[in-house]
Amino acid sequence: MTTVERPDYKIIGTSPIRPDGAEKVTGAARYAADFKPAGLLYGAILRSPHAHARVIKIDTSEAAKMPGVMAVATHTDLPAAADKVEAIGESAVNLKELSSNILAHDKVLYHGHAVAAVAARSHFEAEAAARAIKVEYELLPPVLDVRDAMREDAPLLDENRHTKVMGGQTSDKPSNIASHNRFEDGDVEKALAESDHVVDREYRTRMVHQGYIEPHSSTAMWNSDDTIQIYTSTQGAFGVRSLTSQVLAVPLSSIRVTPLEIGGGFGGKTVIYLDPVAAVLSRKTGKPVKISMNRTDVFEATGPTSGSYIHIKLGIKDGKIHAVDATMAYEAGAFPGSPVGAGAMTMLSPYDVPNFRLNAYDVVVNKPKVAAYRAPGAPAAAFAIEQAIDEACKALKLDVLNFRDSNSSREGVKMVNGVAHPRIGAEETVQAALASDHWKSPIEGPNRGRGVASGFWFNAGMQSSVIAGVNPDGTVNLIEGSTDIGGTRASLAMQLAETLQIPFEDVRPVVADTDSIPHNDVTGGSRVTFATGLATYEAGMNIRKQMAERAAKLWNCSEDDVDYIDGELHCKKDSTKTLTFKEMAAQQARTGGPITGSASLVARGAGGAFATHIVDVEVDPETGKVEILRYTAVQDVGTAIHRAYVEGQIQGGVVQGIGWALNEEYFYDEEGHLRNSSFLDYRMPTTLDVPYIETIVVEVPNPGHPYGVRGVGEVPIVPPLAAIANAIEDATGHRFTELPISPRRVVEELNQLS
Amino acid sequence: MRRTHVSTRLNGDNVDFLCEPRQSLLEVLRDNLGLTGSKEGCNNGNCGACSVILNGRVVNSCCVLAVETEGAEVTTIEGIAEGDRLHPLQQVFLEEAALQCGICTPGFIVASKALLDKEPHPDEARVRHWLANNLCRCTGYDKIVRAVLKASDQMEAKV
Amino acid sequence: MDAFEYVAPRTLDEAYAAMSNGKTTALLAGGTDVIVQLRENRRHADQVLDVKHIPELMALKITADGGLSIGAAVPCAVIYENAEIAAKFPAVIDSASLIGGIQIQGRASLGGNVCNASPAADSIPSLIAQDTRLVIGSKSGTRELPIEEFFAGPGKNNLQPGELLIQLKIPAPKPRSGAFFNRFIPRNEMDIAVVNAGARIQLADDGETIADAKVAIGAVAPTPLVVPAAAQALIGKPANEETFAAAGEASAAAATPIADMRGSVAQRKHLAKVLTVRALRGALERAKENS
Repeated sequence: MTTVERPDYKIIGTSPIRPDGAEKVTGAARYAADFKPAGLLYGAILRSPHAHARVIKIDTSEAAKMPGVMAVATHTDLPAAADKVEAIGESAVNLKELSSNILAHDKVLYHGHAVAAVAARSHFEAEAAARAIKVEYELLPPVLDVRDAMREDAPLLDENRHTKVMGGQTSDKPSNIASHNRFEDGDVEKALAESDHVVDREYRTRMVHQGYIEPHSSTAMWNSDDTIQIYTSTQGAFGVRSLTSQVLAVPLSSIRVTPLEIGGGFGGKTVIYLDPVAAVLSRKTGKPVKISMNRTDVFEATGPTSGSYIHIKLGIKDGKIHAVDATMAYEAGAFPGSPVGAGAMTMLSPYDVPNFRLNAYDVVVNKPKVAAYRAPGAPAAAFAIEQAIDEACKALKLDVLNFRDSNSSREGVKMVNGVAHPRIGAEETVQAALASDHWKSPIEGPNRGRGVASGFWFNAGMQSSVIAGVNPDGTVNLIEGSTDIGGTRASLAMQLAETLQIPFEDVRPVVADTDSIPHNDVTGGSRVTFATGLATYEAGMNIRKQMAERAAKLWNCSEDDVDYIDGELHCKKDSTKTLTFKEMAAQQARTGGPITGSASLVARGAGGAFATHIVDVEVDPETGKVEILRYTAVQDVGTAIHRAYVEGQIQGGVVQGIGWALNEEYFYDEEGHLRNSSFLDYRMPTTLDVPYIETIVVEVPNPGHPYGVRGVGEVPIVPPLAAIANAIEDATGHRFTELPISPRRVVEELNQLS
Repeated sequence: MRRTHVSTRLNGDNVDFLCEPRQSLLEVLRDNLGLTGSKEGCNNGNCGACSVILNGRVVNSCCVLAVETEGAEVTTIEGIAEGDRLHPLQQVFLEEAALQCGICTPGFIVASKALLDKEPHPDEARVRHWLANNLCRCTGYDKIVRAVLKASDQMEAKV
Repeated sequence: MDAFEYVAPRTLDEAYAAMSNGKTTALLAGGTDVIVQLRENRRHADQVLDVKHIPELMALKITADGGLSIGAAVPCAVIYENAEIAAKFPAVIDSASLIGGIQIQGRASLGGNVCNASPAADSIPSLIAQDTRLVIGSKSGTRELPIEEFFAGPGKNNLQPGELLIQLKIPAPKPRSGAFFNRFIPRNEMDIAVVNAGARIQLADDGETIADAKVAIGAVAPTPLVVPAAAQALIGKPANEETFAAAGEASAAAATPIADMRGSVAQRKHLAKVLTVRALRGALERAKENS
């Protein structure tokens, strides 16, 4: 579905085979754990068995004497880090806290918190030595749930933490509430009082993990000249360089980070855990050191996303959303930095809401520090508001999609942060959902139901750089610094091919290390195809201009008289004078040397992404199991660059959302031990748990990009949680306001078991 | 640690290696033999990223001791292509965009090959059942299942 | 993971000799449990005995009396790919095709599943319901015991030092009898049973009355559980929903589950009922086919 006249693209909108494809289907592609330099030592990390404890003493003497052991490290090997905040893509991190997260200082704050590390000749020896490190702990009571942590009498993770409130003030008393922000407009009390109907409900979600299949792995070589090479799995090599340099207190330029292929991240590989530890062990041994997490480490000690508590009062008047009053509290994990702000800022964006008051609390608990996860903060917020809207519609006998259509946000409507939407496709996704085959097909049969929900994600711009060098044979090397997590080599190469009007296969994209390309921000925020795409476009236009200049010289005409049409240079004044791209490329040496286009920019004009999803479910009332019968995801993608990968992003996000809705959760016992840190008991969907995911791609081009690109990767995970909850309500008459809506929860509710 | 000598047939070649008895087949493939196409996602049999074909059956190589492969026939992702020509499954995975990050892809291709070797014409339900031990977190499985079915059709057309 | 030696005996006698050399031994069949347990230091062994080269443990046959004899190390896939077994012992196939996914089934054995003695093991309730007997060998000979007497607690079986499980023997199905196994898992594959249940019933000559029955449930107690009260609720009664519901209630009453990351107490007791009824429905259907 295209809503405006689409330019006559040659390559954009097709689905060519990705340039890095062959090596990924043959096993040749090299991921972080595959890297094995000569003389490699293996690192292992000892982790805390306790959720909250003071570290009294770490005795590494036995471990150091074990066979094969070459070095041992603790926090004393890390310099004191600055107490300052560093931005990393969609989130930010305090360096002192980052350092304490990498190797615990005086306290361990969650089960799995890294305490000490060992390097040995084999991973068996390293693991045995790590187990031989003796740590004396003084146990402290843990606090695991966001609401418990907010109580005045809750155990404190940090006695020196005070709540930051807007305006730079802090609370008098210490607290686990790291910050409290408020977004407000209109008169909420009055608007709720004059509403026809008010929904007043509480919603809860549990901590969940991104679940990328590749565990974190990093290999570091600290060379004798004090330069450091790091080979790692990351969404942002420049972020690894900057954070590692600050944690180790070494010059930024002394570190070279090579991003190897990355086996999934979804936001979770934007921070660092292993890199400085591997570097320190390498410095101590003079050899390269690799540390790879196992799956349990990944669950216990990387960055999942927040569990949350959201209380909503939603007022409807005359068929319109009149007021929203919400309290939102998100678990940050061991250190501040939950995505509650993004949750608050995205929650109401699909709608035009005149009166609102959103109180947002960032709360520390004895669980791992959260990291970004696909549209961080937005899915939990949508779980709450989209269910409240569903409940209100049902109470008022309003059609859930027509209601969303008539309340839809559009260009000029302000978000809660006061920024007005540019041209967006919110209405268009709802209208496409209304027109879909799925919506028009009946849902029949006992215990079956249908639900819908909408969602929004901002998308990011930030910094990107590319270099495009024309080869004498007319191919082009596209050197980029955005790590390719799922097809951006293809989507960038396609944009360059479109810009230069040359075959896609003639563009050779390469992801470079941090010494080989200027700065690029993280692969996150759905930004690469948009922002690095913008840089790629500019680099391409730069090449076109240089070619035109050279043609003008060859033809003794003005540059203005040279046209660039369909990959050919034409002289306006003499139609016999033409040069194809390949011919011009072949003449580089004689016309001034290599033609190189490059661009470095801060991308402005990121276009927000909207989605509306429809789902049919069937519930087995005897077991509580929910089957997804049919799923349709409608999304405004701006312009689909690589059509199949756009669909793939949507399908992947939906299925992560299905897992989050139905089964995924961090399961802690009362002492704060994570009890399900395996792919067996952390139940991500398998092939058998989902149907084909139907996609309806709406294209409302983003005016902030020459090809209309919007980020597509994140918003598909926003609606599923609520859409599924709404469908289950439709099927059973029971509204489930706490995730996951697992068989246990459903069977207990439907059979009144507990 | 004393090492054991093992002779096996690996991707059609006779291969000898030394390993510790506690080393898994996955570890020996990756660390001792440099065949890093088989991936470690969980190391306990719950993700399928390390799938190899052992004596005609697809297994998790993390749950096999390398010493057990004495005299066995092992096929890894590196042995799926026919010379320099991609196997139809590999080609169709590319055409259908059935991979994103690619870390699970070797396991899916190996497992799918084991299926098509045994049952050349599976339906969607059979493909989903067969691949339920292979986790993918990027694609939502849609394009993977379609790719396997398409490869099955193409291989049938060629026969 | 500590180092160990690997031994691959070719005969039972070689195995018994190796098992009496004073070293801590782990037996390796499919390895899908034991290798992971060793790797995660949940278990220690000085030596690992690969029993897959011992002919008795790899034999699979329907015996002259119509019974089924399963070598303890035969992979699940070999069992369920056998058409004759599938036709005559469908409840064995129910279990063999549910243990793990395809990659696991190519290696994992019923013998291993039994010896691993998980309260949630997907083969055990089915084998109990079918009156399976275990053939256990040692240097001093072999002994047999009913499978329900084999379990001592979560992860603990009653094998004595020097003993190994050779064979599982399932008697020939009686006329007008049928057995069925089912489980509940939150996903549709790759999961540990929250509860599972196996049932066998034999109909009387009238084709209506239940002449004999046996019900076993799993993941609701420290060991898989036989439910005699369920059998009592069935025997002599008409094979209908009302009778099955009473047997289901008996299962729920017998269940003493724990709450953990896989399920709650209330959920498990409820599922014990639901799955018992479903197992009985399946068993009845098969009993009718077998008439």
